[in-house]
Amino acid sequence: MSDILVSEQSAPGPGGSGRPSGRLLEVDDLRVEFRTRDGVAKVINGVTYHVDAGETLAVLGESGSGKSVTAQTIMGILDTPPGFVTGGQVRFHGKDMLRMSDEERRRIRGEGIAMIFQDALSALNPVFTVGFQIAEQFRVRRGMGRAEAKKRAIDMLDQVKIPNAKGRFNNYPHQFSGGMRQRAMIAMSLALDPEVLIADEPTTALDVTVQAQIMDLLAELQRERQMGMILITHDLGVVADVADRIAVMYAGRIVEEADVYELYAKPAHPYTLGLIDSIPRLDEKGQQLRTIKGLPPNLMNIPPGCPFNPRCPMAQPVCREKVPPLLQVGPARASACHFAEELVNRV
Amino acid sequence: MGRYLLRRLLQLVPVFIGTTFLIYWLVWAVPGDPFAGKCGERRCPDQYIAFMTEKYHLDQNVFVQYANYMKNLLQGDFGQTFSQREISDIILTSYPNTLKLAVVALAIEAIIGLGAGVLSGLRRNGFLDNLVLVSTLFLIALPVFVVGFVLQWLLGVQWGIIKPTVSSEMRWSELIVPGFVLGSASVAYIARVARTSIAENRRADYVRTAIAKGLPMRRVVGVHLLRNSLIPVVTLLGTDLGALMGGAIVTEGIFGINGIGRQVFRAIITKESATVVGIVVVLVLVYLVMNLLVDLLYAALDPRIRYE
Repeated sequence: MSDILVSEQSAPGPGGSGRPSGRLLEVDDLRVEFRTRDGVAKVINGVTYHVDAGETLAVLGESGSGKSVTAQTIMGILDTPPGFVTGGQVRFHGKDMLRMSDEERRRIRGEGIAMIFQDALSALNPVFTVGFQIAEQFRVRRGMGRAEAKKRAIDMLDQVKIPNAKGRFNNYPHQFSGGMRQRAMIAMSLALDPEVLIADEPTTALDVTVQAQIMDLLAELQRERQMGMILITHDLGVVADVADRIAVMYAGRIVEEADVYELYAKPAHPYTLGLIDSIPRLDEKGQQLRTIKGLPPNLMNIPPGCPFNPRCPMAQPVCREKVPPLLQVGPARASACHFAEELVNRV
Repeated sequence: MGRYLLRRLLQLVPVFIGTTFLIYWLVWAVPGDPFAGKCGERRCPDQYIAFMTEKYHLDQNVFVQYANYMKNLLQGDFGQTFSQREISDIILTSYPNTLKLAVVALAIEAIIGLGAGVLSGLRRNGFLDNLVLVSTLFLIALPVFVVGFVLQWLLGVQWGIIKPTVSSEMRWSELIVPGFVLGSASVAYIARVARTSIAENRRADYVRTAIAKGLPMRRVVGVHLLRNSLIPVVTLLGTDLGALMGGAIVTEGIFGINGIGRQVFRAIITKESATVVGIVVVLVLVYLVMNLLVDLLYAALDPRIRYE
């Protein structure tokens, strides 16, 4: 499998401009709104994060926090209308993708940045064989012949540990089990050796034992290929083993970003604290599950000040007036809370 | 696939027997003397009546008649008209004309209907979409004979672009306008089904995946989107082909085409019961085979059906 690493190095980055000192992929103050008949929902309100080669960034948040929409904006698959980008940049190798031509962006998809979707059954085309859908990329993007593309596709199925890859090549998605389908999806997304892989809740649709296998596989492939990976999830348990850094999202903003160990040990935002507290624990048998009170805000009418203030146990008058900016609260960690210092410094 | 085909073929047998019996029964059950007016002004000679009664088992019950008819039919004998003309002759001379017209109509439906549907489905609420919606509504609302007579008058008589009627050589170029008339309502339905299907699938997850794979838009639409959206359209086209092959009484009448529709119409008017049954049996058979082909095509387009 080491040959993949070599071939990855030999291809110049599709971003074009060589490789400036900057990040591999950065999202900078991104703003997206959904214009619907009922009004404008501000779904992304200034999201900033980045991912470098060889590292895994987990984006954590409840449904509706904007984590998937950010990913769709990066990939250029945001449904427009209703979704519109109203500000910010998405830079790949330092070049703003939102200002590229359609053709330039298309070339980055699959080859520069690839994506895995949550529900592999609906994400795979039901009327084509799994093999066809993988081989298609080699044929269309690499100009390979039928036989060679098939060989490479079988090789990809092998790499994601699908047993009897050769025999499975001609199967349709509905003939695969859930876990196998997600493996095929991973094989498809990795076919063109992407530099960044976005995995949007890759295990949510799977049962628990299969979840662990898929996460292990993803982590292994990420390490081998030294890809940057953005792992979108709402499951704190999934994140702990795989991620290097975590960005927590709430109401279309990053509220905390930190190294995975620091975040678990000492969350610097009350929302993160609430999330960690609500994980069921084995050593507290018989206790009621802790939850974060209230509901995520209505994105058409985000409360003034800190968007988390109506649910926050620490809320003070200042929280209802001023939006806390995302500020550095230690080496390589940031929090958007007026009381971040106090949270970090408590014993 | 083999078993699927066999099962479908076996299903055809009871359907064929049931429909042909119903037709046979209905046609011969029409009240009135089958010999009335058959021999000009005079009453038919007793000898002739006796001969025909014997030949068609008219004195026996309908089941025996039907069984005898089917026995002959299976040996390729469609029987004769009352004037002793071979019914198979009538079918053989007129059916190719109907088929030709049906093929032209189907081609027009597929090309115009599908084309308009895909273009308007991709750009919903755009100018083209609204144009397609309005014009298809227009076509659906107009009866075939109105479209036929108007086009014949306008193109054939007023402007002289086409000949008002089709010559007996049935050249393809002459069939374009009659084909459009015959397919006009179906063009509209196909355009609308294709439009809905495309618009629905346009937002499907697998289309998003195809885009995320970095495929050119041409391929995303032409391969991934179209293949899925075609399934309902093909069903509609297929059932329509069955109907088209059943002859077009109105269109054939307007443009003077000697097709099966005209023959069956004439036979009904003149109470040529054997001819009516003969033609309709052929039409039923064609319809059933067409339906089978559609189902097979359907299975070829959608693997989830194939493996059930």
